[in-house]
Amino acid sequence: MSDKPEVNTRRRNILIATGCAGGVAGVATVVPFVASMMPSERAKALGAPIEVDITYLAPGEMVRVEWRGQPVWILHRTKEMLADIKAEDSKVADPKSERKPDELTPEYARNEYRSRKPEYLVVVGICTHLGCSPTDRLKAEPEPFDPDWKGGFYCPCHGSLFDLAGRVYKNKPAPDNLRVPPYTYLTDSKLLIGEDKKA
Amino acid sequence: MMKQLQGMPAPLRLLASLAAAAVLAAPLAVRASESEARLESAPIDVRDVASLQSGARTFVNYCLNCHSASLMRYNRLRDLDLTDRQIVDNLMFSATKVGEMMNIAMTRKDAAAWFGPAPDLSVIARSRGADWLWSYMRGFYRDPKSPTGWNNTVFPGVGMPNVLWQMQGQRVLKEEVEKDASGREVKDEHGGVAKATKFETVVPGTLAPPEFDAQVRDLVNFMTWMADPHQVLRKQVGVWVLFFLAVLVALSYALYKEYWKDVH
Amino acid sequence: MAATEKLPVTGAGPFNAVLTWIDQRFPLVSTWKEHLAEYYAPRNFNFWYYFGSLALLVLVIQIVTGIFLTMNYKPDASLAFASVEFIMREVPWGWLVRYMHSTGASAFFICVYLHMFRGLLYGSYRKPRELLWIFGMFIFLCLMAEAFFGYLLPWGQMSYWGAQVIVNLFAAIPFIGPDLAIWIRGDYVISDATLNRFFAFHVIAIPLVLLGLVAVHLLALHEVGSNNPDGIEIKKNKDPKTGIPLDGIPFHPYYTVKDIFGVSVFLLVFAVIVFFAPEVGGYFLEYNNFIPADPLKTPQHIAPVWYFTPYYSILRANTVNFFWVDAKVWGVIAMGVSVMIFFLLPWLDRSPAKSIRYRGPIYKAALAVFVVCFLILGYLGTETVTEGRTLMAQVCTVVYFLFFILMPWYTAIDKCKPEPERVTK
Repeated sequence: MSDKPEVNTRRRNILIATGCAGGVAGVATVVPFVASMMPSERAKALGAPIEVDITYLAPGEMVRVEWRGQPVWILHRTKEMLADIKAEDSKVADPKSERKPDELTPEYARNEYRSRKPEYLVVVGICTHLGCSPTDRLKAEPEPFDPDWKGGFYCPCHGSLFDLAGRVYKNKPAPDNLRVPPYTYLTDSKLLIGEDKKA
Repeated sequence: MMKQLQGMPAPLRLLASLAAAAVLAAPLAVRASESEARLESAPIDVRDVASLQSGARTFVNYCLNCHSASLMRYNRLRDLDLTDRQIVDNLMFSATKVGEMMNIAMTRKDAAAWFGPAPDLSVIARSRGADWLWSYMRGFYRDPKSPTGWNNTVFPGVGMPNVLWQMQGQRVLKEEVEKDASGREVKDEHGGVAKATKFETVVPGTLAPPEFDAQVRDLVNFMTWMADPHQVLRKQVGVWVLFFLAVLVALSYALYKEYWKDVH
Repeated sequence: MAATEKLPVTGAGPFNAVLTWIDQRFPLVSTWKEHLAEYYAPRNFNFWYYFGSLALLVLVIQIVTGIFLTMNYKPDASLAFASVEFIMREVPWGWLVRYMHSTGASAFFICVYLHMFRGLLYGSYRKPRELLWIFGMFIFLCLMAEAFFGYLLPWGQMSYWGAQVIVNLFAAIPFIGPDLAIWIRGDYVISDATLNRFFAFHVIAIPLVLLGLVAVHLLALHEVGSNNPDGIEIKKNKDPKTGIPLDGIPFHPYYTVKDIFGVSVFLLVFAVIVFFAPEVGGYFLEYNNFIPADPLKTPQHIAPVWYFTPYYSILRANTVNFFWVDAKVWGVIAMGVSVMIFFLLPWLDRSPAKSIRYRGPIYKAALAVFVVCFLILGYLGTETVTEGRTLMAQVCTVVYFLFFILMPWYTAIDKCKPEPERVTK
């Protein structure tokens, strides 16, 4: 036989109801405060996609733009450059860009030239080793770091090398290919860097 | 609290009602105004999106040449049911990206040199008030004695010319002897003849007065909205919050009474 | 007492084990009992007794909203005004955080003034609660300083010129004044240096002091026990068996549940203001403060925020130069004394009865007149100076001081009613 004290159901029910209402009030109060720490309009505007006009970008030329505080390179590749890329397949560490594809190579760049259109390379110009910005050595001529250089990018900080598709060469400090940012063509001569789909 | 009032001794009750009277009688805090001109009530409604869009267009075309609204971001105009394309094509003249602020076309230095410093308009509807802006924008008249050729009944000696003059037309101020309903002259408090000032149009504008008023109304509406873009959302959220808190008051009262049954 | 001697915690369901572990290493259960479950408060608390817990709630609201404001506010003269508008427009829900903070500032003063008024009604400052009252007065002083420093931060016209006027008051002090004002400002005029240090005071220095003072305020209260609307000491009538005051009820659950109700009503009123009228006609958020500070242009009408206006009135009421001392200095002195004199209340009041319910007609009239004068002074402080208004302010100032100065006399001669033995409802 149990000697349980009688539970005051009325009191318990009002307590539960008030407790629940209070809990909802608490959550409803916390949400705006937590949300206020999300990026502000200013941050969103500064991080907004940028339009780049490539009408006057001649073959073999490269232009640098800034997006979200990072340098983005747009290189107009010549036919020779594209041929050289294929030739370097055996020398680069990750020729098919299979490492960390979600981070570095969006779907439309998972091809042999790592870009939407072969003529234009769009990559973030930050070395995947420790974050320096590599210099461009676009001409296919002998270089101190490689007498058989076919053109690409050389990072002065620790000597990493990237080819004309932004792929890192074997046995270099940098582990990964250069990151391809989200981008799309608004028209044949206008790129939108920072967004995959057309607005 | 009523029970408390009844329980209070007479002097305190008197005091409580005096206090209430004093608080209710206190006039509202004074808004920034250069003169004691009587202000007309601005017939605006910040929920009227069409009016706000029209006001935005007037604002960008007529005001941003000399004034800035540097705390107002162009893309906030999306709240007025405008797309980025519409904003860029119709409302941006001195900026390129929709994420930029409504900065002035001239540099501040040039503006100051030509007109004297024109204040930033981002929150002017909160400092001056919509009624002031409404009365001010409609208070310009020609005054040959002023450097700009214009003066204003709400802000005498203002350095701003009547930017909307082409639509409003040109008016002068005429002093008229005030007459009452039966046509007799009204005396003022010193025993002399009372004079009222009236506007007289000398050159009509492109807009008839009701249309011009509508344009100014939309402009003032826009500036009121721009000064506090969240005001409509704030009230909408507020309704839900109050509803919920009323429930909480009822529940917590029931809980209080339930526990206090024990006490007596 | 060794940890092994304490009894395990019971009655907390699944939490018994954890709480027992804590209690063996921390005075958890004893604190809970001493200050909540077995702190016996009088059973007859009325409306006026809500405002202490409400003031504590507002302190929490101000600290939390203040922290979130500090995430985006920039204490630099060239950035401050724009950073406040940034919070209002561009930070998600920033407008809500800002309005809660501005409403909370005024709500704090409303709660504290009503809380103090309760003290005047029921003699809560009388022995043995003098120290409690003194701590409370220090809280009030810190609150005024906190509001003053905080008000400069938006860097509007009112912020700037209000600070200018008040700091210049310090310059009026003889001999050390001007140097003192420069030291406070960190510059020859209110400037970026002033803004930055007021930010430091407002955000961390005074809040820490306030938290400490609130803690000792509550400790002092619990040491002697709460007063009540009848002004009698419930500890005089204890149950012979348990030692519990016959008119006492445990704070928890009775007053926790009553205060929760009080909080919900308060939040309802608070929400009405925050969501529907945050400016309150220019009294909570002054219109002139939406104009960025301009050192070259004084607004036509400088008025302090509503909660300072009574003291401002007293300051301005002093227009006569007495005894080689400037009227300006008398004004500063009068304003200072008008606040400080409250410290003396426990010793000025000579009435045998604590609560207004049992005092004679003289005190009731005096208190009523005092409150009316205080309110009139408050109203006059919002208005511009005219001859008539100055005269009225002077009369009210005199009456204000007489309330205190004559108190030892009129409270002693007042015909009080006999206080009851047990509390009434």
